[in-house]
Amino acid sequence: MKTSNLLSASLAIHAAIVANESDIESLDRAIGDGDHYINMKRGTEVVAGMYNELLPLPADEALNKIGMKLLSTIGGASGPLFASFFMSMAKVIKVNGGNNPLEIAAAFAAGVQAIMQRGKANVGEKTMLDVLVPVSTTFTLSALEGKSLVEICHAIKLAADIGLESTRALVATKGRAAGLGERAIGHLDAGAKSCQVMLYTVCDLLIKGEN
Amino acid sequence: MKKFINHLDNVLVESLSGFAGAHSDLVSLHLEPTFLTRQNKAKNKVAIISGGGSGHEPLHAGYIGYGMLDAACPGHVFTSPTPDQMIAAAEAVHADKGVLFIVKNYAGDVMNFEMAAEMLPFENATVLTSDDCAVIDSTYTTGRRGVAGTMIVEKCVGSLAETGADLLACKTLGDKVNTRTASIGVALTSCTVPAAGRPTFDIADSEIEVGVGIHGEPGRRRETMRDADAIVNDCVDAILADFKARNVSVDNEALLLINGFGATPLMELYVIYNTAAKLISQHGVKISRSLVGNYVTALDMAGASITLCLLDNEIKQHWDSPVHTPALRWGM
Repeated sequence: MKTSNLLSASLAIHAAIVANESDIESLDRAIGDGDHYINMKRGTEVVAGMYNELLPLPADEALNKIGMKLLSTIGGASGPLFASFFMSMAKVIKVNGGNNPLEIAAAFAAGVQAIMQRGKANVGEKTMLDVLVPVSTTFTLSALEGKSLVEICHAIKLAADIGLESTRALVATKGRAAGLGERAIGHLDAGAKSCQVMLYTVCDLLIKGEN
Repeated sequence: MKKFINHLDNVLVESLSGFAGAHSDLVSLHLEPTFLTRQNKAKNKVAIISGGGSGHEPLHAGYIGYGMLDAACPGHVFTSPTPDQMIAAAEAVHADKGVLFIVKNYAGDVMNFEMAAEMLPFENATVLTSDDCAVIDSTYTTGRRGVAGTMIVEKCVGSLAETGADLLACKTLGDKVNTRTASIGVALTSCTVPAAGRPTFDIADSEIEVGVGIHGEPGRRRETMRDADAIVNDCVDAILADFKARNVSVDNEALLLINGFGATPLMELYVIYNTAAKLISQHGVKISRSLVGNYVTALDMAGASITLCLLDNEIKQHWDSPVHTPALRWGM
């Protein structure tokens, strides 16, 4: 994994979060407390701002620094969750190098595992995991099948869409919407939405790079 | 949005600086990372630290001082603080008897305090407050929310810590007070998070949100506005039903806290008190302690919460003991 690619993705992710402000915010206002967009913007902005500091570092060190920075910047539930994701991903990249899709899929899976452990949450609780877990599975399976990078990216985008849509029918059992009971049904989860936006951004960037 | 703001990014620091300036005899403000401590560091006691998103003032920094907290860590508005704040605060105030964190039961607060606790190089424990009985079916959630009852936990645990009690004793009392406390809130209007610039939820003039949380997150149900007695009656029923469901016997004396969310006048809070006290007395509970005012707010939300804390001799003793903080002071 090249640090320069990672950092290009971080700039694109920040731009994509800002571009999706109204979608993310209206979802959070419906069943959350209206701070999710502000926190996502603050987090992605601070990572984008680390560009020059991170560029000379190996990818695993850059990922770890991103995690540490998010931990002390975002706050809320997103801070520890995204921090755990990047710090765990860094540990795997440090060992395997992240030089092909399968190695990156393994690091991604470790990051998702860390979110599940920190949040004591699983699929089906109307959270970001409803996007991240199926994406992780799709990522690993597509890489194992030896699909091309472009094919993997398309598969991830589809899994992210299906995962996001799955949150509509769910009752929230984790996070701020957990107090709503059945009133949360019919609304998409804001955290799942911002993950879908970020995954789309990275995949589109990679697809564009291959064409 | 019409608020006293210079620049959105500076609201929190300017507010904290004003707070620290106004109460410079009691608290000190530390920046990067942000936390507040007692002006004079306490010795030979468990350090009591709380924290959470801003916007609930005077919670938590308003309760720093003798008989309550040693330090508080404010996050951004409605967003939990980060672990580096809790670690720096703990390092500043710990006095070799351990650190007790008092944390409201929200996913973000729990995770950030948990990571701080894991990284802290000395003995620590956590009391999670979860007094909000608004959530109808507890199977839907990992836990109830911590709301206005949190300040009662902070008062009692803070008092016990001043006596030199150890960490386990302080945690045990905190857990007990939490178990014996139940709250429910009603919102008449939404609050507006400064950075969002518009109300968190839409609510018609004819509607109320019953079971609202202290961040303007929706609660039990949306109802039609009625007279105060009818609303208070439902709230008191919910609180008593909650104690019953948790097998906490309600046959003693109690502390009744009527807490304003930020934009409801005291005049109305006393209307609520008047009805709530009567109704609770009819259930054979003697209201022997009372507190009415804005203690755990939700920015500019209109509305109030009712909290009932069942007293025993120990809790009563620690509620009554002297306290000297910016927002709560008696006996000294």
